[in-house]
Amino acid sequence: MKVRENVVKIGLCSTSLMAVAALFIVVAYVFFNGAGIINLSFLLESPYRFEYGGIFPQIIGSLCLVGICLLFAVPLGVASAIYLVEYAPDNIVTASVRFFIECLAGIPSIVIGLFGLVFLVYRLGLGISMLSGGLTLGFMILPWTVRASEEAIKTVPYSYMEASLALGASKWQSIYGVILKSAYPGIITGILLGMGKAMGETAVVLLTAGSGLESFLPQSILDPVASLPVYIYMLATQGHTEASYSRAFGASLVLITMFLIISMFAMFLRNRYITRNSGF
Amino acid sequence: MNKVNVEWVIEKLLFISAISSSFIVFFIIIFMLHEGIPALAIGWDFFFGMDWSPSNNQFGIFPIVVSTFVVGIGSLLIAAFIGIPAAVYLAEFSPRWVHSIVKPCVEMLVGIPSIVLGFFGLMVLIPLIRDSLGGWGECILAGWIILAIMTLPHVISISEDSIRAVPKGFKEASVALGATELQTIRKVILPNARSGILASLILGMGNAIGETMAVLMVIGNPNIPWIPSSILEPVSVLTSVIVIGINYAVWGSMHQHALFAIGIVLFAIVAILNAITTTVIRKGVSR
Amino acid sequence: MCHSFYFGGGDIMRSKTKTKSKKITIGMRVSIVGIIVFAALFAGCIGDNDIKTLTVAGSTTVLPINQECARLMMDTNPGLKISVSGGGSGHGIKSVGAGEINIGAASRDIKSEEMETYPDLKAVGVGKDSVAIVVNRANSINGLTMDEVSKIFAGEITNWKEVGGEDSKIRVLTREDGSGTREVFEKYVLKPSLRDISKEASVKPSNGEVRATVKTDDKSIGYLSLGYVDTSIKALGIDGVEATVENVLAGNYPIVRTLYLVTNGEPDKLESEFIDFVLSNDGQGVVEEMGYISVK
Repeated sequence: MKVRENVVKIGLCSTSLMAVAALFIVVAYVFFNGAGIINLSFLLESPYRFEYGGIFPQIIGSLCLVGICLLFAVPLGVASAIYLVEYAPDNIVTASVRFFIECLAGIPSIVIGLFGLVFLVYRLGLGISMLSGGLTLGFMILPWTVRASEEAIKTVPYSYMEASLALGASKWQSIYGVILKSAYPGIITGILLGMGKAMGETAVVLLTAGSGLESFLPQSILDPVASLPVYIYMLATQGHTEASYSRAFGASLVLITMFLIISMFAMFLRNRYITRNSGF
Repeated sequence: MNKVNVEWVIEKLLFISAISSSFIVFFIIIFMLHEGIPALAIGWDFFFGMDWSPSNNQFGIFPIVVSTFVVGIGSLLIAAFIGIPAAVYLAEFSPRWVHSIVKPCVEMLVGIPSIVLGFFGLMVLIPLIRDSLGGWGECILAGWIILAIMTLPHVISISEDSIRAVPKGFKEASVALGATELQTIRKVILPNARSGILASLILGMGNAIGETMAVLMVIGNPNIPWIPSSILEPVSVLTSVIVIGINYAVWGSMHQHALFAIGIVLFAIVAILNAITTTVIRKGVSR
Repeated sequence: MCHSFYFGGGDIMRSKTKTKSKKITIGMRVSIVGIIVFAALFAGCIGDNDIKTLTVAGSTTVLPINQECARLMMDTNPGLKISVSGGGSGHGIKSVGAGEINIGAASRDIKSEEMETYPDLKAVGVGKDSVAIVVNRANSINGLTMDEVSKIFAGEITNWKEVGGEDSKIRVLTREDGSGTREVFEKYVLKPSLRDISKEASVKPSNGEVRATVKTDDKSIGYLSLGYVDTSIKALGIDGVEATVENVLAGNYPIVRTLYLVTNGEPDKLESEFIDFVLSNDGQGVVEEMGYISVK
């Protein structure tokens, strides 16, 4: 009987190791194939002739896209969350606002991309551009910033608010000076996770921001802009030489590294502020 | 007086933010419908037509919808097969140090960009399947594996949370009655965590069906999709048809309308799955 | 929903919020630095706006020509920025018609529907191209007849041994519906014998992808723009005629098409500068260097 229990335990353990193995296989494969190409000139030059040169415009493009996306989604998301938690009356309007934001979280990114294409690119005439791409990414992560901010604001004890109000502060002063300050880390964690999501998103950027191989830095927010995921997509699917595969791996490695830095930072913040002494 | 005004303005501004956040969804629905209705209006031949061949004006998406579910459900079964035992292990047996390594790894797995997974599939999985199992390599199986890797972390995390949420007293009572740990897990813990686990699976399926790039790169995309009869056959899924078609469709043509209509169908499927998830969770809570 | 597990632990936080004030300032500092970095990046991107810019987008077949010409032009005119992207012929025509870009690139003729929506479109032929039938280098076959090609792509011939190769199944690759390359291929190869591309053919959404797949899969056959043919794959002769620039020019190779740059109305100064450059000796040199055929 004891033997059987142990066998099952080992079986269960091995399934969780499989999940870890999946991560390591993918990351190690990308690392071993991509590390060779990474040097300063790869990181700081522009691509040319499809599969040569570096990925500087792609890195900058990705950062700019995520920057616009955050500039759009963070203020709107945090403001919506503050309203929903602190101001919203319990009525049908609030309920439907909540419902719609929940809906937005469920919309597949490709559908949001199609919307960005028809609404921003064509209807508003923004063209395939950094602005269109950034805003569409913003639509995509907006529900995550709302939800993360809501959760973070809810964790601040109501007694803080009461104390602040009792000292004569107005409602907004209390929210701004007390609630937001306490909720900061949670909000930042949520934003960082949204940022990681936006950075790795391909379909949306492919439809709205550019073809990924742009060899120039964008001069205005209405220029098409290159990005790492689309660059990887182009080289991975359309390239057929060592040069293109190794660059796609190199770009993947850069993208994964950027992502890991962001999510480690998010985990660090979360562990520091929230679950350090919890049940685990 | 002035202070009150500021407060009032701020409250209204926040209200406008919240309203405009929700208006985005409204806009998305309106624009998608506006572009998609001409194709949805085809009716039967759109939803149940067997041929997707835009140049011949045939826009039947039935085989694509079936393939989408085949790919989604299959990947989910793999993810469940690995993910649920892993969640049981993490919640019930794992020593602290193992948990502190495995859990962050699983969460990192969520974040590997889908394009990188697709590239991995293209370079490793497809040649592997082609050489060992035959076929073209680009097939349902490849899609299953890639999507399973993508959904696994969701399944593990949410299942683990719901297993942990089962009150300790249940377990203690069962053990006190002489049940072994495994019997307890099978008869007490899993049934009680059922709704959470189910929710994680449905949600995982929603994610798998909405996933675009990684799937597009490994499933083969036949010229005119058919209902697959083997896991080594190439298929098209809703998302891959949209991405492949959208750049080449003549704007304003039925082809373009049909692609937006596919977007609506995709949206509807994922929305229904999410609604089921919410119901399942609510039921679990009320029980 | 699915990310809610990241934000668990709210109740725990409630009980230990007292000890947090110092840490919060660290978090705030970090985030302020982050915001400043982004703002700086953002501002850097917007930069000065007095540079002349020209946007070109469209067909992936014409893309290499446009990219190289843009690079050469920008090298000699530092004040000029040309942004070149792909997106396909349909996208190029639609965007130039709607005034979103300056020049659209197309590897097919403008369709009548498109002419109806945007009656002012003007197309200039900047190069000629052909479509080559390609197989893996390991394939023993070097040429096919037009009839065999159309039967293979229609799915009537499914094994290489039926056309004199080894005994293995044929994998047919095709471009997606609406691609200029596919249209030309169908027009010359399949339509004359009233056939359609096999439903089992794998769709590859670009010339590059067809080439990459043919290179890695030794059972596959595909068609792609002549400019994309290189030594990593093998172009088949049709009816004994090799797919080379000379044979297309001499009229021996049966498939030929024109590559266009499209403007909305008469091109303005900057637009005509770009088109003139592509049509100049330097530009046509690029066209030839990329494997296409000069219009001169």
